[in-house]
Amino acid sequence: MIAGASLQVVLGKSFPPAEDSAGFDLSVEFEAGPGITALYGPSGSGKTLTLDAIAGFITPQAGRIQLNGQILFDAGTSVSIPPRNRACGYVFQNYALFPHMTVRRNLAFAANNLPRLERHRRIAELLERFHLTELAGRNPRELSGGQKQRASIARALITQPKALLLDEPGRGLDGQLRAELYTTLLDLKALSKIPILLVTHDTEECFALADNVLLYQNGRIVHRGSPVELLRNPGSAEVATLLGDFTIFSAEVLTLDPARQTSTLKMLGLEFNGPHLRGCFRGDRVTLCARPEELRIVGKPGDNRIRRVPLRITERPQAVRVDFDSGLIVDIPRDQWAERPDDIWVDVPAGALRQISK
Amino acid sequence: MPTLDWFPLWLSLEVATIATCLSAGVGIWLAWVLANRTFPGKDIVDALTALPLALPPTVLGYYLLTVIGRNSMFGQAWESVTGSPLVFTPAAAVIAAMLHAIPLLVKSTRAALESVDHDFERAGRSLGASEWRIFWRVSLPLAKRPVAAATALAFARCLGDFGATLMIAGDIPGRTQTVAVAVFDAVEAGNTATARWLVLAISAITILLVFLSNRLERRRPA
Repeated sequence: MIAGASLQVVLGKSFPPAEDSAGFDLSVEFEAGPGITALYGPSGSGKTLTLDAIAGFITPQAGRIQLNGQILFDAGTSVSIPPRNRACGYVFQNYALFPHMTVRRNLAFAANNLPRLERHRRIAELLERFHLTELAGRNPRELSGGQKQRASIARALITQPKALLLDEPGRGLDGQLRAELYTTLLDLKALSKIPILLVTHDTEECFALADNVLLYQNGRIVHRGSPVELLRNPGSAEVATLLGDFTIFSAEVLTLDPARQTSTLKMLGLEFNGPHLRGCFRGDRVTLCARPEELRIVGKPGDNRIRRVPLRITERPQAVRVDFDSGLIVDIPRDQWAERPDDIWVDVPAGALRQISK
Repeated sequence: MPTLDWFPLWLSLEVATIATCLSAGVGIWLAWVLANRTFPGKDIVDALTALPLALPPTVLGYYLLTVIGRNSMFGQAWESVTGSPLVFTPAAAVIAAMLHAIPLLVKSTRAALESVDHDFERAGRSLGASEWRIFWRVSLPLAKRPVAAATALAFARCLGDFGATLMIAGDIPGRTQTVAVAVFDAVEAGNTATARWLVLAISAITILLVFLSNRLERRRPA
């Protein structure tokens, strides 16, 4: 129903250095439409602060926050709507379910402003939808992490918020509960066309759920786009490092062939065929990156191959990750790793190399 | 053995009950204000609230006499409305007891309210609840044990007040003579049997209250 639902955020807040902490500046600007927008980045980069400012728990020094055209905060005119009138559902990292109330009472607390009949209907509906009907009489301490998570989301939705703010909802959940959470959130996205902001520092969560990703670092958004776009084009070595998993190459441009859209590069002491590099000239130094699943392990020398000895082997759910020296990271299927050759050559296809800076 | 006059004990229990109820209202409200609000002069209010714990009881009594005595503005206004003075009545004993109970309640309740995880209060706000509702339904229930413990201690403190009570409620047997004052009187008069029984009774009640207070303080809700 809210086709044009959108959350526009411009905010600035400075925390001067204190005895026990260095100073911190938060300065971000973004717009989130219906669907899931992930605020992704390392701890302490300002993601939760952004949620707190939107919810009204902290007051920024500068900026403006608008939800569906309604101003929630405007530093210029000193407007700041109290948190209770902002219609922003908030799911806390620790769930913040009231420990002295049952699940049903937690939901009823949130439904207090609804007419009586509507209140009962809505509580029953959300208990059902989040598979909590059987658990409605239990106190939060009697629930598992996943159940608390669902109860917390159900409670936030009772008030029919115009935006939903989730602070690291997957934190502390094991694999299966995490999968359940993803299902819950994807269902939620499909059903309610409201902006959902998801704070996370988990790459998997970010890529499993988000339509858009805002990449945070040191209180700034350093990159934004869909997960696929970010993977395809991290934009800078900094972002590639933040996303993790990328092999980053420092290279010198030896030749460029615009007609064939190719180049020759010198990196890791060898010559490699590379992609066309925009805006580059011969002799330029460039930084490129490659995803671990796009590099291969082979048993013979050849073009774009370099001989390497594995430094560390890590078992992962989907594949085996092999770390080599010079920062090369390769993911290969488990069966292929089991039948690996004695002499290992890493194949770096030209198509896997992406320019991230000149 | 002469018949013991238990009036002071009943009066003390009555005064302590009323004073504790009134102090709980004022004290918990003040604690909430100090824990949640910022306003100019907050430090002064904070210091003034703690002052009765540090001042000698007779000095407090003197201040009270200045504020509610028959010559004070408040005292005269009271007398013109009710037809009788406030000092040297059981009501004055209630006021004297409150002066000790309120600081105790404010200190403990404030600490208890401040120790409630702020995420619960934030959750309440994000769910559209008013501050009043959050206080009654979330903060206070989560802090109820330490607040109840402080209330039990405050009751014990009210039962035992001597200095300020003597100065503004006096020592009128059968009217304003509380246990603490009656014990003093009995010892002065060499009436050791009365003193002993009153001391035993008040000690038993106080030990029970302190024990209850400690139990409440120890067992925090999950």
